[in-house]
Amino acid sequence: MSKVNVNALLQGTLNWVDERFPLTSNWKAHLSEYYAPKNFNFWYFFGSLAMLVLVIQIVTGIFLTMHVKPDAALNASGVPVAFASVEYIMRDVSWGWLIRYMHSTGASAFFLVVYLHMFRGLLYGSYRKPRELIWLFGIGIFLCLMGEAFFGYLLPWGQMSFWGAQVIVNLFSAIPVSGPDLSIWLRGDNVVGDATLNRFFAFHVIAMPLVLLGLVGAHIIALHEVGSNNPDGVEIKKKKDANGIPLDGIPFHPYYTVKDIVGVVVFLMVFSIVVFFMPEGGGYFLEYNNFFPADPLQTPPHIAPVWYFTPYYSLLRVVTYPLFGIYVKFWGVVAMGAGTLIFAFLPWLDRSPVKSIRYRGPMTKWLLSIWIVGFFILGFLGTKDPAYKFFGFIPGAPIAQLLSVYYFLFFLTMPIWSSLDRCKPEPDRVTMK
Amino acid sequence: MSCDETVDCGRRRLLVATAAAGGVAGVAAAVPFVASMLPSERAKAAGAPVEVDISKLAPGQMMTVEWRGKPVWIINRTKEMLDSMAKISDQLADPKSEKNMQPEYAKNATRSIKPEILVAVGICTHLGCSPTDKFKTGAESGIDPNWPGGFLCPCHGSTFDLAGRVYKSKPAPDNLEIPPHMYLGDAKIVIGEDKKA
Repeated sequence: MSKVNVNALLQGTLNWVDERFPLTSNWKAHLSEYYAPKNFNFWYFFGSLAMLVLVIQIVTGIFLTMHVKPDAALNASGVPVAFASVEYIMRDVSWGWLIRYMHSTGASAFFLVVYLHMFRGLLYGSYRKPRELIWLFGIGIFLCLMGEAFFGYLLPWGQMSFWGAQVIVNLFSAIPVSGPDLSIWLRGDNVVGDATLNRFFAFHVIAMPLVLLGLVGAHIIALHEVGSNNPDGVEIKKKKDANGIPLDGIPFHPYYTVKDIVGVVVFLMVFSIVVFFMPEGGGYFLEYNNFFPADPLQTPPHIAPVWYFTPYYSLLRVVTYPLFGIYVKFWGVVAMGAGTLIFAFLPWLDRSPVKSIRYRGPMTKWLLSIWIVGFFILGFLGTKDPAYKFFGFIPGAPIAQLLSVYYFLFFLTMPIWSSLDRCKPEPDRVTMK
Repeated sequence: MSCDETVDCGRRRLLVATAAAGGVAGVAAAVPFVASMLPSERAKAAGAPVEVDISKLAPGQMMTVEWRGKPVWIINRTKEMLDSMAKISDQLADPKSEKNMQPEYAKNATRSIKPEILVAVGICTHLGCSPTDKFKTGAESGIDPNWPGGFLCPCHGSTFDLAGRVYKSKPAPDNLEIPPHMYLGDAKIVIGEDKKA
């Protein structure tokens, strides 16, 4: 058979498929003829990396599910079955340690790349019109990811798993009137127990991943409808050639698929270093107290959430004044919830005439920088005892309170300062800095 | 909705009625699923009372027993501990235990049936951590130079006195819960039941 015949055969097969399923048209719409701005920089790696981590989590998760047992009952040695099943994965399942460490490191990696991805949005105004829905689907993904991480953290049934879940489920009890019943409904018992573990397993392995995948699909469909933003924050669709192709656009495939592979390689190098040499991440990825089986009678002397939740945990702790005669803990929960949900309002809070940080004025740069530093300090304080003092004498609590106020003021006053700031003129077309 | 040649109002009404009935059926179908997440009959039955022998609990000592999956503390308070409690009323959020966090018979200065023996649920009223006992007084406690002894919640820093009463301006809103309990003789306590047989 000659070469021409093989090509004809392949083309025939493709035609056969295309008459029944929009394969070629989808390939073109989302890859070979999806035109992305040509000036993507470093910050544009993190969307595709988030997809990579999602795949890592799903694949490693499937294999962990083959061995883990969501059962709080004590086995013959007096160890909870769930805790023992994780030890079994680590010690007896062939390569089980690798699969588990990939999954636990993947959780932290997921938040790292998603935070960087969100920060990119903040830098270049990627949430601005017409990309509000992309941003909202993204916030949905972020919240879903927080739920996924929270449910998954209970499954090893260690001390931090248990008491972390106890604290977070009790957050709901702060809601006036229906709160206490709501938290019992969520736990399925008066305290976190076997019923809670079993249902969190169901949420973690099926409910949340399904929602997450749906949201990721919606995020990408919305993105491909309006097209990607870029570091200059100017619309490439405004300048098109005779064929209707943006002058500053290049096909996503092969240009960005190849570029993203470079990002993937670098990411996997860092990921492997953590998985193989520091899977516990100095106690930040896997916490020391979680190597003890859950004990409902004894809270560990120091409990803190995993690093990616600590800024919001700080927001929860700073509230100490019972506003309007309602419990302090209710307002703490409100602060924490508002701290995560406030990102959703960004498209409507930002009134700047330009999108990208490159053309925004000094006020934006300063306020955003302070906010980022504050976010890190809040995150750091969230890992510490409430009585923590910097250098042993500067109390952390008032600093956390001050930074929390700033955290919210930054967003709430954004309509004012973003419209007042001295912006530079935007270029007509993207630049290649 | 306007009825003209393009809209058949009879069919439109039928459509609305069908959609409404379908919606009601859909909501009704969610009830069993939502209800299945409530505590099961087995979980509810597991809350049986617990009998505890406190004959070996020396003054100043504390023991923890499990009742309904929660830690319940029994503390044998010394004379000094009881005296110190009386002096700190102004630092407490609810010194007279006016909120309904205890049975009637424990609504007193020591929040107990016998003045020295405290029975309390060791679950912080903030977010459900179990506070740690900090019986050492003063600067040695690491809390406050005037610390009279009590409990510190490791999660969010709420402090409680030796009767489980919460200090002011702390995240925890209420005093610790005193469970229903009663004595069967001098050294035996039943936790979870207080009806005289």
